[in-house]
Amino acid sequence: MSVQPAAPALTARDYKSDVKPVWCPGCGDYSVLSSITKALTELALPPEDVAIISGIGCSSRIPAYLNTYGFHGVHGRATALATGLKLSRPELTVLITGGDGDGFSIGGNHFLHACRRNVDMTYIVMDNRVYGMTKGQPSPTTEPDWDSALAPGGTGLRPFNPLVIALASGANFIARGFAGDPNGSARLIVEAIKNPGFSFIEILSPCVTFRPDQREWKKKAHASPVDATEDIGKAARRLMTDDGYTTGILYIGDREPFALDGKSSAGQPAEIEHQFVV
Amino acid sequence: MSETIETIEELFAHVQVMEREAYDCYLDLAEQMEVHNNREVAELFNKLAQDEKNHLTYVKERVGDTKIPHIAPWDLKNFEESGLSLTGAREVHYMMTPYHALKLALRAEQKTVAFFAGVVASSKNQEVCGVAAEFEKEEQHHIELINEWLDKVPRPEEDWDEDPDPPVQPT
Repeated sequence: MSVQPAAPALTARDYKSDVKPVWCPGCGDYSVLSSITKALTELALPPEDVAIISGIGCSSRIPAYLNTYGFHGVHGRATALATGLKLSRPELTVLITGGDGDGFSIGGNHFLHACRRNVDMTYIVMDNRVYGMTKGQPSPTTEPDWDSALAPGGTGLRPFNPLVIALASGANFIARGFAGDPNGSARLIVEAIKNPGFSFIEILSPCVTFRPDQREWKKKAHASPVDATEDIGKAARRLMTDDGYTTGILYIGDREPFALDGKSSAGQPAEIEHQFVV
Repeated sequence: MSETIETIEELFAHVQVMEREAYDCYLDLAEQMEVHNNREVAELFNKLAQDEKNHLTYVKERVGDTKIPHIAPWDLKNFEESGLSLTGAREVHYMMTPYHALKLALRAEQKTVAFFAGVVASSKNQEVCGVAAEFEKEEQHHIELINEWLDKVPRPEEDWDEDPDPPVQPT
């Protein structure tokens, strides 16, 4: 038990904005929002030192619901935006939030390179295996036999395995949470933020409207029986053979995070502005 | 570290986290219902949140000058099955009725009672057992109140969740 000497000065509610979420009641994203505020509370991070960057989709609405800095960006480009922000303002704690379609389809290429660059940020993907905002199309993580009016008989396509891709691409921290366990997910977010480099957390976040079958995830999600490994080969074997419902920290690497540290030739905003003067 | 609660400070720390979680959860649920224009249930969840807030104030008074440790929500002992993590609860529906909301609250209270009963059964510290029993009795009283409340609200119709004009059109 981590008993700290004093209670955090702020409560989880202090990190919430006055904007009320418009998700469907019962959506797993409410729980993830709660996990993020709990994690920020436990880390005692001042809201003005945190930036939440997102793309497009139901879960990408999160920046509006928080009292931190935020940017509701372009579809699939959240990791690129966040990379730019973190490199120019390294003192900020940068979180990226979004869904499986935004992150692995529209933003698939950015996802690979965000893992490869290993900038010190935390990417939380609320994976519901469907495009909820656009009314239920299959996403890259949808099961091949998921039958729906928009994909009769299922897509027949092998789903994308985000954790394996993250590992192969160089992510320095890989974990999976479940929206049905908001406190467990909060712990993962705390550990991800504390770990240097690019941290990736997939949170299984049921879509109660288009995937009511995901209510069964409560029975399927299970804690990892073993501790996180630092061995990339062992992690690869575990992730490749995983059933997709194992929760916990699954891999912790030791790569040095990328930072500019004077490597950039970029100047001050005024100098950059001057380059664009016609 | 022990898996049971053996000090009064630790027990108070647990109670405070649980009460705050309950308060936050009910407020979240009230917001969800307000957004979906289910005012009756929103009002009910706000009332339950207020009850939890009052109880939190009572607990703080009870704690008084006792210096209590800080416990992260994921470090609560024996709380896995007793957790009041109603935020994003899967049984929540935008057309839910006061009956459903009270049933949800009833289950949460029953889990809290189970938590205190667990402390009474497992702790070796008599003072801890005494205070936990006191809290258990209070939570039991909450259950009685909710049950009385449940008797006064109409049972939902069989087709309570049928919406002829749903906000989203499931496939």
